[in-house]
Amino acid sequence: MINRKSAQVKVLNSVIQNPPDSDFDLVIEPSRGWVSLRLQEIWEFRELLYFLIWRDIKVRYKQTALGAAWAILQPVFTMVVFSLFFGRLAKIPSDGLPYPIFAYAALVPWNFFANGLVGAAESLVGNANLIKKVYFPRLIVPISAVLSGAVDFLLAFIVLIGMMAYFHVWPTIHLILLPAFFLLAFITSLGVGFWLSAMNVRYRDVRHTVSFLIQAWLFCTPIAYPSSLLPEPWRSLYGLNPMAGVVEGFRWALLGAPAPGAILWVSGLAAVLVFVIGAFYFRRMEKIFADTV
Amino acid sequence: MSQTAIRVENLTKRFRLGTRKERYVTLRDSLMQAVTTPFRRVAAAWNGHANDELPNEIWALRDVSFEVKRGDVVGIIGRNGAGKSTLLKVLARITEPTTGRVCLKGRVGSLLEVGTGFHPELTGRENIYLNGAILGMRRQEINRKFDEMVAFAELEKFLDTPVKHYSSGMYMRLAFAVAAHLESEILLVDEVLAVGDAAFQKKCLGKMDDVARQGRTVLFVSHNMGAIMELCPTAIILDQGRLISRGTARQATQEYLASIVRQESTNLRYAQRRSGDGRLRFVAAYLRNETGGRTALPVSGHPIDIVLEFETQEELAQVQFMLTIFNHIGIAVTHCNMDAEGKRFRLAHGRGQVICRIPKLPLPQGQYKIAVLAEDHINQLDWVPTACVFDVESSVFFATAFMPSIEYSTALVEHSWDLVKEPKNN
Repeated sequence: MINRKSAQVKVLNSVIQNPPDSDFDLVIEPSRGWVSLRLQEIWEFRELLYFLIWRDIKVRYKQTALGAAWAILQPVFTMVVFSLFFGRLAKIPSDGLPYPIFAYAALVPWNFFANGLVGAAESLVGNANLIKKVYFPRLIVPISAVLSGAVDFLLAFIVLIGMMAYFHVWPTIHLILLPAFFLLAFITSLGVGFWLSAMNVRYRDVRHTVSFLIQAWLFCTPIAYPSSLLPEPWRSLYGLNPMAGVVEGFRWALLGAPAPGAILWVSGLAAVLVFVIGAFYFRRMEKIFADTV
Repeated sequence: MSQTAIRVENLTKRFRLGTRKERYVTLRDSLMQAVTTPFRRVAAAWNGHANDELPNEIWALRDVSFEVKRGDVVGIIGRNGAGKSTLLKVLARITEPTTGRVCLKGRVGSLLEVGTGFHPELTGRENIYLNGAILGMRRQEINRKFDEMVAFAELEKFLDTPVKHYSSGMYMRLAFAVAAHLESEILLVDEVLAVGDAAFQKKCLGKMDDVARQGRTVLFVSHNMGAIMELCPTAIILDQGRLISRGTARQATQEYLASIVRQESTNLRYAQRRSGDGRLRFVAAYLRNETGGRTALPVSGHPIDIVLEFETQEELAQVQFMLTIFNHIGIAVTHCNMDAEGKRFRLAHGRGQVICRIPKLPLPQGQYKIAVLAEDHINQLDWVPTACVFDVESSVFFATAFMPSIEYSTALVEHSWDLVKEPKNN
């Protein structure tokens, strides 16, 4: 009798103490090496992504006298400077287009890319208080940093439309590809942002590198000059800089500049590679974020 | 039948000290370390150390295992650095364990801090949504509870004011209001009650008590032993990353306090728990009674001197000393500060002694500890949270030797009663 009871208790205990893992919703274990991106989870946290973007946009121009006008002033001033020095003075060719619109159509996606990159690189460090106190998929942080620049992009784009009307430049049928070029700028910015933000957590050297990187990248991208200055096959190889593809794509779709050709495919491939490997690198480094940032 | 909500198995978390203590490393440091680490590992193995335990690593958690049933409210106690917060961070998936694993059943909400992600430029209303989303609430959920949160925070009038214009009290109220409405089956709470004024703390405790009664599983970290005893039927003690005991909250808190007394010696020269820039270091802290003798058993109502001995590395101008007396459940009973007299001391290089004189010790019978702090106009010089532990033995505070029950007093106040007007029967 007693024996049977104790045996029963034993069975019960073992059931209670070792329920199968499937009974649990979540199992936390140390990760090793490369891990899954868990895209499903990012989707589940889409509202947080939305709120982070919304916060960045709301806060960006608070306490500035000119407010959202900055989104327009930045590319416009750069365009003016480029037009004066590169267009007028250096007489750089512009694929037969008026130089100001030639430069501006490139500066709009470029600014989206560059601001997104700067924002993404600093995003993890800037949101350290969140990362140390709450769980959410960390990939959301650089994604929100880049996406919050979309509003600035739209504002600057409206000015671009105005300029096209002014210069009587009309878009071509390739306009339908414009979202694809925007997407290309987005994944390039985010892809590089993944790398830099993850590295910035560990090595604050990144912070000092970013402004230099952007400056160098600006001149390596056909913004002040057309990529047609380069002969093939070098021109196609130029696409290894995905922003070359973006900029030429924008001019092609919007302004009817010559078709960029192979450069687009090279750019697309390069951007996707940087993006995908960057995302995995980011996930791999993720486990040190909260302890290090 | 009770189900397991949290199962922790052999959980271990190791930090490399370099990555935790320093603000951040540079690439150069990292390259240097990559070069030197193999050599150090070889040297460590040569000298007979375990090769995976380099001297600059600390174990925040060491082989911790426990289980929590659904609906249990468990307190986690231990000193600073015992691994309490790390444990919550692992459970909340903020940081990964080094080895071991955790199984959780149900949605997990963590309140490691109130007001996480609050942005000073955003209004109260906007921050409710932002903070809610950060804590894992859905927008509908926030919409549904919005009015309730606002009412709890008592901030109806300031909803559209940026929170940078809020007082710290208002800020905390708003932050806690959002946090308190988080609905999750498992709730991890870290010290959030250590903020705000007494009335609001009480309100928060009440809210936490409601949460506990709703049958949700709660892990609650606090230094406030009173709160632990009030809220948690059972508690876990962590010490240096190990789980050393689990029992009823009363047992556990007593065991914990006893362990503090054992471990802290009056010689502060080697006290581990301290912070400050080291230009001044406390070397001893003790009590002296009216006859001038050292004592660890002062008598309430009598004069007492709290003596702090220290050493300075250089001449210091404008030094301010302060101390706080905590009772056995971790409540700060009183704070003695040189600001009360507007004084500062100039200290010569070398050894010295300051005395804080209390003419009539206002403490009832019980166990107390003193935290001491010295700072100057530049920096914090030294802070020792447990500088001295003492028991107040007998209470002869009042002329009649009347002793109020310990349940009703944390401090004794001199008082008198007068009958001003005699009632008349008309």
